[in-house]
Amino acid sequence: MHRVIIIGATSAIAEATARRYAARGARLYLIARRAQRLEDLAQDLKIRGAADVAFGTLDVNHHAAHVDAFAKAWSWLEKVDVVLIAHGTLPDQSECERSADHAVSEFNTNGTATISLMTIAATELEAQRHGVLAVISSVAGDRGRQSNYLYGAAKAAVSTFASGMRQRLAKVGVTVITIKPGFVDTPMTQHFQKGALWAKPDAIARGIVRAVDRRRSVIYLPWFWSIIMLIIRHIPEPIFKRIKL
Amino acid sequence: MSRVVQSWGRYPAISQQTVVDVSDRRQALPDIAGLMLPHGNGRSYGDSCLNEGGVLLRTRNMDRYIRFDAASGQLECEAGLLLSDILDLVVPQGWFLPVTPGTKFVTVGGAIANDVHGKNHHVTGTFGQHVLSLELLRSDGSRIVCGPQRQTEWFAATVGGLGLTGLITQATLQLRRIAGAWMSTESHRFEDLDGFFRLSERSASDHEYTVAWIDCAGKDRSLGRGIFTCANHAPACPDARPSAPGRRLGVPFSPPFSLINPLSLKAFNSLYFHRQRASVVQATTHYEPYFYPLDSIADWNRIYGPHGFMQYQCVVPPSDAKACIEHLLKTIASAGEGSFLAVLKQFGDRVSPGMLSFPRPGTTLALDFPNRGDQTLRLLETLDDIVAEAGGAVYPAKDARMAGRRFRQYFPTWEDFSHFIDPRFSSSFWRRVTE
Ligand SMILES: Cc1cc2nc3c(=O)[nH]c(=O)nc-3n(C[C@H](O)[C@H](O)[C@H](O)COP(=O)(O)OP(=O)(O)OC[C@H]3O[C@@H](n4cnc5c(N)ncnc54)[C@H](O)[C@@H]3O)c2cc1C
Ligand SMILES: NC(=O)c1ccc[n+]([C@@H]2O[C@H](COP(=O)([O-])OP(=O)(O)OC[C@H]3O[C@@H](n4cnc5c(N)ncnc54)[C@H](OP(=O)(O)O)[C@@H]3O)[C@@H](O)[C@H]2O)c1
Repeated sequence: MHRVIIIGATSAIAEATARRYAARGARLYLIARRAQRLEDLAQDLKIRGAADVAFGTLDVNHHAAHVDAFAKAWSWLEKVDVVLIAHGTLPDQSECERSADHAVSEFNTNGTATISLMTIAATELEAQRHGVLAVISSVAGDRGRQSNYLYGAAKAAVSTFASGMRQRLAKVGVTVITIKPGFVDTPMTQHFQKGALWAKPDAIARGIVRAVDRRRSVIYLPWFWSIIMLIIRHIPEPIFKRIKL
Repeated sequence: MSRVVQSWGRYPAISQQTVVDVSDRRQALPDIAGLMLPHGNGRSYGDSCLNEGGVLLRTRNMDRYIRFDAASGQLECEAGLLLSDILDLVVPQGWFLPVTPGTKFVTVGGAIANDVHGKNHHVTGTFGQHVLSLELLRSDGSRIVCGPQRQTEWFAATVGGLGLTGLITQATLQLRRIAGAWMSTESHRFEDLDGFFRLSERSASDHEYTVAWIDCAGKDRSLGRGIFTCANHAPACPDARPSAPGRRLGVPFSPPFSLINPLSLKAFNSLYFHRQRASVVQATTHYEPYFYPLDSIADWNRIYGPHGFMQYQCVVPPSDAKACIEHLLKTIASAGEGSFLAVLKQFGDRVSPGMLSFPRPGTTLALDFPNRGDQTLRLLETLDDIVAEAGGAVYPAKDARMAGRRFRQYFPTWEDFSHFIDPRFSSSFWRRVTE
């Protein structure tokens, strides 16, 4: 049986992933900000086949509450197979350019909070000597682009942090997976015009579950983003700084 | 952001719609300018799910289960849930949809707003007759919980209400018991319309599902010949192994012209009729190919090419149904227009509470026509003359072109209904037929 903790469980990608685990009869512990929404999701996931679902509320920017949030989840699940960290915001880049406070606060949500959560989850998983820590980073973290480099920088921090943690935990049988989605049609991207490169949350969820099953390290979702980002990473800086991306 | 959103017929092409995804049933309606219209899975053919220059409230992400009682078969869920999801959940637990249209890719909200019917109309009535309650969210923020015993006038307006009375956020449905996923089916060949009416009458009492396909490319003597199928849910078949869901085929792009033309139609119709050699064939079939033969081909509507197609579905009263259907078929045949799939069914007399519900006692005929512009529109108007004269009606869910005066004649309660329309809601269809 799968025992799964999801942070940012109200996100569209996280919910789609939770449904896939529910269909397998998993026990799920959901963590997010809005209690009413979590209650609705828990009800739904039980009907979809989850063995049981519980939830706790947390604002990820309240770092002091992180240890307690995990402790509650762990004691309800007893043993944990998967921790998925999925919360995030898509900052307004131009607002981040005007206001340093705004930039730092968005960095904290997408970078610092995630690092804190990963650190605490790693301690628990290491003690268990078992489990997968999957964190949703982004293709945006592969290279800073003028259109969203604050977000990209926070995701880059998460990817780099995960890379080091993966090396450390491999020794004790714990897998750390960096998930890098491309464009996904979710509330976060409601205002974007959608084209051919856009994926549905369920397609990303399928990739996440498969990556966890196969204990992968870094995955791009959908897969073709690995090629797109390979190209983008290799554009020489003198050219890169003159193009619009 | 404005977008072209198409309905299933891919006609008309309507742009200038702001599309907003609603995913939380507890939230208020979005605060944006313009007239709003709920949009489910866009399986209506014409413009009843479109809203030119306005806002579409897309409900597909509002798709949570709320409560399922596997003992009583009562299911409470959000309105954006697809019937296909419900089947996946409930069939293994011995339950089935009380009424299902010919595709399972419709939402619960869409099924209520068009008060859809299935092959079992003569036994169970419409979808709305199995809704125990629903919640309606109005633009002033109020929520109306209504049902067959509660706020009945709001229920009557919303069932078949074309999405105009407000956003249906959630509903409770009464499912029906089944022993398993299998159907016992029987197909009969018939040579003319008399044959159809005879078979319908004979099987109505002991078959829950009946429907016929008719050859409408045939002229003269072969006019009205076809294949009648009737079915029941099969008793438990312990040795029938659950079929692995087949790969879904798809039409990956729209060809530059319609693949449906007089030649391919004639060939198809003739082949289809002659495929069945014996006059009666019995079989046990999984419910999926039985109810949803077209669902296995994703985006099949694209085969009609860039101009799309129109479906025409009418019902004519029982008194002179035969003469009327014959008249319709002859008119179509002599216009040189055939239909890929022409479907004929007897509706029963279980009247729905829905003020604007389409099904009523009589015979219903549904046909698809590739859009050939004026020629097609003229033919459909001629068909309307026949239907109106007989005192019948045309189904708004499939319509992209009927004249306003025809709609008002088919649905005389439209004026009483209009008092229930939310002042911030409207649709392209509604403006077309009432303004
Ligand atoms: C292959 C095929 C076979 C079909 N067979 C049948 C059949 O056998 N019988 C039959 O009756 N119909 C049939 N239909 C038509 C189809 O069942 C209806 O058009 C159905 O209403 C489509 O549902 P939808 O979720 O796609 O809604 P849409 O087409 O998106 O919307 C339909 C209407 O519902 C309203 N609506 C949607 N959601 C809500 C909500 N939450 N609250 C309020 N209003 C809402 C919309 O405003 C619109 O007026 C068929 C269609 C296809 C493509
Ligand atoms: N969508 C994309 O194109 C895309 C691409 C690459 C990566 N991603 C990443 O995928 C993940 C999931 O995003 P999504 O697309 O599914 O977006 P989403 O549906 O908008 O979900 C974002 C979630 O983050 C939560 N959240 C935000 N700030 C929080 C806080 N301070 N404390 C707790 N929770 C908070 C939100 O909770 P509330 O419900 O309480 O607001 C919401 O559930 C994110 O990490 C995102 O960066 C998305």
